[in-house]
Amino acid sequence: MYEGAVQNLIDELGRLPGVGPKSAQRIAFHLLAAETADVKRLANALVEVKERVRFCSVCGNVAEESECRICRDPRRDTAVICVVEESKDVVAIERTREFRGRYHVLGGAISPIEGVGPDDLRIKELMTRLADGQITELILATDPNLEGEATATYLARLVKPMGLKVTRLASGLPVGGDLEYADEVTLGRAFEGRRSLEF
Amino acid sequence: MYVSHLQLTDYRSYAEVHIELEPGISTFVGPNGQGKTNLVEAIGYVAAQSSHRVATDSPLVRKGAQRAIVRAAIVKDGRQAVVDLEINPGKANRARLNRAPVPRPREVVGLLRTVLFAPEDLALVKGDPGERRRFLDELLVARAPRMAGVRADYERVLKQRNALLKSASAQFFKRAEPDLSTLEVWNEHLAVAGAELLAARLALVGELQPLVAKSYGELTSSGGPPVLQYRSSALAESEHPPLDRAQLVDILRGALAEVHVQELQRGVSLVGPHRDDLHLRLDELPAKGYASQGESWSYALALRLAGFELLRADGDDPVLLLDDVFAELDSERRRRLAEHVRHAEQVLVSAAVDADIPPELQGARFSVREGGVERA
Repeated sequence: MYEGAVQNLIDELGRLPGVGPKSAQRIAFHLLAAETADVKRLANALVEVKERVRFCSVCGNVAEESECRICRDPRRDTAVICVVEESKDVVAIERTREFRGRYHVLGGAISPIEGVGPDDLRIKELMTRLADGQITELILATDPNLEGEATATYLARLVKPMGLKVTRLASGLPVGGDLEYADEVTLGRAFEGRRSLEF
Repeated sequence: MYVSHLQLTDYRSYAEVHIELEPGISTFVGPNGQGKTNLVEAIGYVAAQSSHRVATDSPLVRKGAQRAIVRAAIVKDGRQAVVDLEINPGKANRARLNRAPVPRPREVVGLLRTVLFAPEDLALVKGDPGERRRFLDELLVARAPRMAGVRADYERVLKQRNALLKSASAQFFKRAEPDLSTLEVWNEHLAVAGAELLAARLALVGELQPLVAKSYGELTSSGGPPVLQYRSSALAESEHPPLDRAQLVDILRGALAEVHVQELQRGVSLVGPHRDDLHLRLDELPAKGYASQGESWSYALALRLAGFELLRADGDDPVLLLDDVFAELDSERRRRLAEHVRHAEQVLVSAAVDADIPPELQGARFSVREGGVERA
């Protein structure tokens, strides 16, 4: 145990995801040794992120105004919505530059073990967005694990009466990889989802 | 295949031990409590990455040590592969193949295949349904490693669904409206994952039946014939036409709908492969309760031998591990079992005294005493 302030810092750092007690101690001593200006800048960044960042009133993505950059952009296709679990998934899909529609961030996936049900996710907001009739396609891009699949199935059932086109991202082999390195589950899925080659 | 070298560090009673092994028969003899079973268990651990004796890894680590290491050299088709397993209780285990780390320890599962006979096997006949489900599932995984994923998926769906039922059940008893909007989604996933496991088990039981009957007949002339009946919690009859996976999905869906109210009251999943049993019958009667001690043993051995035959038919001879089973059998069954197994590529036998080992199984002899193993 260290004295007051140092131990407080280690405890706080240790609560961050992926930071164990040893790493927390290393970071704490790094900060102690760093220039005061550098540490102030870090502290300001932490405070600022809590004070300035909000969640987009439309899609739930992180934003600095009431609507996020993507929802404000008039060039984006308003007829397609891509549903993701977290804001970081938005960034991942944006990097592909393939998708020109808008997003909807649920804030997690259905998982009874963790006590997360449909009411804890931004599903009501999604239904409100779909109700205006402008949207023609809903892309379900939740994680390809059990909870993500369950969330996708739930949403697909929920919106079925609306008659939209509902699609799910494909699962399969990674591009540029070798077939021999794929695990059995992925390869099995890729077999199920195979498609005919058209010329 | 055979194990040519076994090295244990801080494993159970062993601080450090090296054993050179050969194909054919090897026997490990020593008084009780000296560590014979630990050797057999360690080889079994390399094959399945779980122990047949305990559910968690912490008992495997020697008292006072942080981790245990099991190293085994496996020779298959004339090639040698060295597997290192570092057992870290409470943390992720680590594995190396030919000294190179592998990203996930599960990747070395299946490199070594074993069939283990142990005194605990009597529970296959006399124990709970869980013992028989485990027997079927472990055999499925040994034959097709992909089934480990199927099994894990099913367990995960079951856990999620049980969590939902449990909270809904609490609501139900408070006379509040339980939130069941996602139950149908979990039903669907349970039906799909469950049907895959169920289809694999039904096919396996079909393949086992003639092999069990044959092995049983070779072990004993009393009782029989043995008949295996898979009893699914979702199927009313044990006799049913062969069903494909799509039909099983429908059947599970239907069964889940039927037990809906009961599930709400009890807060657990009542239908699915986790509630099934493999009924073992002898002469039309259930072996559990009706079979004699000798018949029960013959049945348990016949199940293991049938598993051995199946794995053998898939290609490579698995390593046979006979942990202290001869002490449990009369001389006639000993002789017949020995006759049955002695032609396997490698047989490792443990016994407390030499007299327990049938003359057919003489081979390289090791004496086990006070945490040490020496070739006699």
